[in-house]
Amino acid sequence: MSTIDKTASVPAPRASGEHNGPLLEVKDLHVEFHTRDGVAKAVNGVNYSVDAGETLAVLGESGSGKSVTAQAIMGILDMPPGKIPQGEILFRGEDMLKMADEDRRKIRGRKIAMIFQDALSSLNPVLTVGYQLGEMFRVHQGMSKKDAQRKAIELMDKVKIPAAKARVSDYPHQFSGGMRQRIMIAMALALEPDLIIADEPTTALDVTVQAQVMDLLAELQREYNMGLILITHDLGVVADVADKIAVMYAGRIVEQAPVHELYARPAHPYTRGLLDSIPRLDQKGQELYAIKGLPPNLLKVPSGCAFNPRCPKATDLCRTEIPALVPVTEQDGADLPGRKSACHFWKETIHG
Amino acid sequence: MADLSKNDEAVAAALDVPVQRGEPILQVRNLQKHFPLTQGILFKKQVGAVKAVDGVSFDLYQGETLGIVGESGCGKSTVAKLLMNLERATAGEVFYKGQDITKLSGRALKAVRRNIQMVFQDPYTSLNPRMTVGDIIGETFDIHPEVAPKGERRRKVQELLDVVGLNPEYINRYPHQFSGGQRQRIGIARGLALNPEIIICDEPVSALDVSVQAQVINLMEKLQDEFNLSYIFIAHDLSIVRHISDRVGVMYLGKLAEIGTDSEIYDHPTHPYTQALLSAVPVPDPQARANRDRIILTGDVPSPANPPSGCRFRTRCWKAQEKCSTEMPVLAIPERFRGQDTLAAHESACHFAEERDVVHAS
Repeated sequence: MSTIDKTASVPAPRASGEHNGPLLEVKDLHVEFHTRDGVAKAVNGVNYSVDAGETLAVLGESGSGKSVTAQAIMGILDMPPGKIPQGEILFRGEDMLKMADEDRRKIRGRKIAMIFQDALSSLNPVLTVGYQLGEMFRVHQGMSKKDAQRKAIELMDKVKIPAAKARVSDYPHQFSGGMRQRIMIAMALALEPDLIIADEPTTALDVTVQAQVMDLLAELQREYNMGLILITHDLGVVADVADKIAVMYAGRIVEQAPVHELYARPAHPYTRGLLDSIPRLDQKGQELYAIKGLPPNLLKVPSGCAFNPRCPKATDLCRTEIPALVPVTEQDGADLPGRKSACHFWKETIHG
Repeated sequence: MADLSKNDEAVAAALDVPVQRGEPILQVRNLQKHFPLTQGILFKKQVGAVKAVDGVSFDLYQGETLGIVGESGCGKSTVAKLLMNLERATAGEVFYKGQDITKLSGRALKAVRRNIQMVFQDPYTSLNPRMTVGDIIGETFDIHPEVAPKGERRRKVQELLDVVGLNPEYINRYPHQFSGGQRQRIGIARGLALNPEIIICDEPVSALDVSVQAQVINLMEKLQDEFNLSYIFIAHDLSIVRHISDRVGVMYLGKLAEIGTDSEIYDHPTHPYTQALLSAVPVPDPQARANRDRIILTGDVPSPANPPSGCRFRTRCWKAQEKCSTEMPVLAIPERFRGQDTLAAHESACHFAEERDVVHAS
């Protein structure tokens, strides 16, 4: 039926002893797409890491490469046209890009799971939700249909779907948007993975439902001590749940910081611009600050710093030389742990 | 027939009279739209109705922005369509300069539509991909030729492009050659082409990136001052609505729950639904996350085909009592605040209206 080795279905111990680095580490990852119009460089050297129990928010606009990075980690990138020319994705110290397909398949779903944005199009409309939830157990653990159905009901209870027993044989269209997203979360949680990647999990939902879903996700994360990569463009959601943030622009990380630090003192003009351009509920300003111009076309990323055509502080240096992601320090040189910025003028931006 | 056309002309003449700033330009009274639910193939039989809009009343004053917020399915987009007369109302009236536009047809309706324009949500589907920008904006002049004489149309379109911040030389380009933000500017230019007095914006920025959203919001505010427009701004993003609106109405299941000025609604909400909605909005400030007043609602919005009796919010409300299921609360200033000089004294449809500041609580 499937090529998955069912003898290996015994759940692995939660913490494999020999590895004590971060849970997931992405090192110098590059992804490009070969199209008729040329090579689109979607990801250009991304580095980040997540520990168990930690929430990393990846923030960026459309086309910044945040979702492509996640797809590369999951190994669900369309290749071709996609290509990973260089980089490493280390899960518990092992490079997943060098693994055999079969080994990767064992990790996918069982160790690393993903929650997609649009629950309606991610669920199969002609299968019941119970069948789709149970599939995880049948395929990965070789459970019988009956046991899998029982597990599916347990999962639906876990994500607080009312009357789980009665609704397990309903189809996706019979659920509301928030409930469908809960089913997606249940599916990702099924095998108690170590890491969950959530790609815009609440963007399609209303605010009241969004609050419910984010709360549920945070609660389950605490319970299972999972790592969470939250991909979003919503600065409000990030402030609510993240521990640390990576801001992406044109396929690169332009700033990395713990959540409190980033909002208090951004060290990159793009982050500052983003923070200034969102209207606030608790204050009514005059005119909104707007970052001028448009996000760059990935087929021809500007030379030097990709943000330079939109940056109010750009100089000739910015137009020629790509700024490296360097550690940010206090004015007196004291360390700011976890903070990095890819701006030639980060000193002026953070302290100025 | 002759009588009718004379009548139409009278209507058209009445519409030319300008409205003073601060006077109501649009008055909506008890507006309803019920979509029938039918059963059977050959002999269709009505078995019920989806009450998308069920008794909505408000005024729009000249030169102001009225924000309408609510969750998906609350009927806010149907209200927009009813105001444009794109959907026929089941009951109720919409008075534009004293004319009930739900009853108009033919020439009189056409004259009204010239003055009420719309900007749509999705700039990717609301522009015809086979037409150039010049044709998309210029098409409005084919329908209303009196606005621009034939020879001047091209120049007029270029002027409009300039007004919305696009290069006038782009007139021969197709929509796919523009980014999302630029396309929304084209949509706005089309809305402005006939010098309307009211623009109805249905989620105009929700499909755009954060950095581009701010550009479009600023443009809309600039145009409002320049052309003396009145906006109805429909959105689900409460922060943006607060930013742009003078007054805000909160909708729930086809009814207005609360309406008032922006600080009445945001700083002194009295309806539990408004309070829950406001408290659920993520605030982009991690300092605030620990000590915020969060109200997490349980469950989903009930079906508008079968709304709860009495107060429609009672199934999700933590204050609900016996009275709420039997008696429908009316949208009025709550008795306890009546005559008081407080910002809590604004229209709210709740039996147990009570002030609670959820935005600043910390």
